[in-house]
Amino acid sequence: MLALLDYGSGNIRSVEKALHAAGADVRRVASPADIGAARGLVLPGVGAFDDCLQALQRQALAGAVQDWISAGRPFLGICVGYQALFDRSEEFNSCALGLGVFHGPVIRFQPTAAEPHLKIPQIGWNEVEITPAGAPMFAGIPDRSHFYFVHSFFPKPQEDSIVAGRTEYGAPFAAAVCRDNIWATQFHPEKSQRVGLQLLRNFSEFVRRN
Amino acid sequence: MAGFLFPASGFRPLLPVLARRVIPCLDVHDGQVTRGVQFGRAESGGLRNVGDPVELAVRYNNQGADEMVFFDITASSQGRASMVDVIERTADRCFMPLTVGGGIRSVDDMGLMLRAGADKISLNSAALARPELIREGAAKYGSQCIVVSIDARRAGPGRWEVFAKGGRESTGLEAVEWAVRVVGLGAGEVVLNSIDADGTRDGFDLEITRRVSESVGVPVVASGGAGRLEHLAEVLVAGRADAVLAASIFHFGDFTVSDVKEFLAGRGIPVRRTPPI
Repeated sequence: MLALLDYGSGNIRSVEKALHAAGADVRRVASPADIGAARGLVLPGVGAFDDCLQALQRQALAGAVQDWISAGRPFLGICVGYQALFDRSEEFNSCALGLGVFHGPVIRFQPTAAEPHLKIPQIGWNEVEITPAGAPMFAGIPDRSHFYFVHSFFPKPQEDSIVAGRTEYGAPFAAAVCRDNIWATQFHPEKSQRVGLQLLRNFSEFVRRN
Repeated sequence: MAGFLFPASGFRPLLPVLARRVIPCLDVHDGQVTRGVQFGRAESGGLRNVGDPVELAVRYNNQGADEMVFFDITASSQGRASMVDVIERTADRCFMPLTVGGGIRSVDDMGLMLRAGADKISLNSAALARPELIREGAAKYGSQCIVVSIDARRAGPGRWEVFAKGGRESTGLEAVEWAVRVVGLGAGEVVLNSIDADGTRDGFDLEITRRVSESVGVPVVASGGAGRLEHLAEVLVAGRADAVLAASIFHFGDFTVSDVKEFLAGRGIPVRRTPPI
């Protein structure tokens, strides 16, 4: 069973439905006690970094996520649920601390000399270049498949070795990371049609094997 | 122009690139998809029924639509309830971004649609009546969630006026200025609909689309006037739109979404192509 963390994130229903469609047995949980017998944890997210972290703190879920991850158990973070794994965000007036599982800041897209009119947020389907670290996450998905993104910020991991997929928007950025039990994506697999469902299926199978 | 912007026609760009989006739009009235000609009014019987919204959404999903927009053109409390049902049933079967507009007047209305499975909320008349609604929505759900749809009518050389209430009510606002203002208030995307071009199938209003796209830092979706495939390419290149929204050409079966993508790709415009499901 997968526990889907319910802390008021707007896209929870979409993530739940997509996990169902990918064949996962999924249950919403709102407190650490409810995580109980779950074998995998999914942290969805949409909106602001601080709202996400503050809600997780309020429901005592932040510590639960950190404990879960450090115990080596399967974890999937989506969008802000990916950004939350890092140290801090440069979002306007942000003061919340990230979970600090990975090191590096969460930064904003910037127009560049080559693309002075870069539209922010990035909204739409962009290609993901799969790295060797992304092999488990992207199994069965062709390199440079399009995934659905909607965001103005993205994490900049200190360790290059965790980058599972790279995308270009003004400049290259880490569209996904993967290290052992920890999977996380900036894009929305639950909104990425077939390739997105395949990624969720990969996670669900990874959970079954662990 | 196309060659200059997208030099490698037919070849894959070296680096990943954000695809231009192709978005079918479903106008929903009493639970059915309708299509009017030049802002035809539901009450005057100027609308033709073209089918069940959920079935159409599934069809476009399978054709590789990048997103789907639902407009509740009844915009009443009854319409809102049936729209929630349409969104829930669509979200159960289509794993793609969904936008809902029409009759959304409060942050609570937005929450209702988002919980039903919508990803973005499109505001039009309600934002004109109370611009602060944009800021409230963006503060609560994030800018990426708030789309402002602008109905513009040419009012003279280089000037377009914004209309409210489905094109029925003049506002006196200039369209480019309004677009800049809504983005300042927190809108994460602008849909620009040309009232003059809507339903004519004679092509988009390229000039206003380009003016708005170059004036705001967020994506701009062009709407109103698609008739031929060439029109869609034009508004993406000359109109500098980030996405195209169309209804008639899809509902009446003139073209499938994949036809559109094939055509655009042939012009060197980056699109997402998926094998049929």
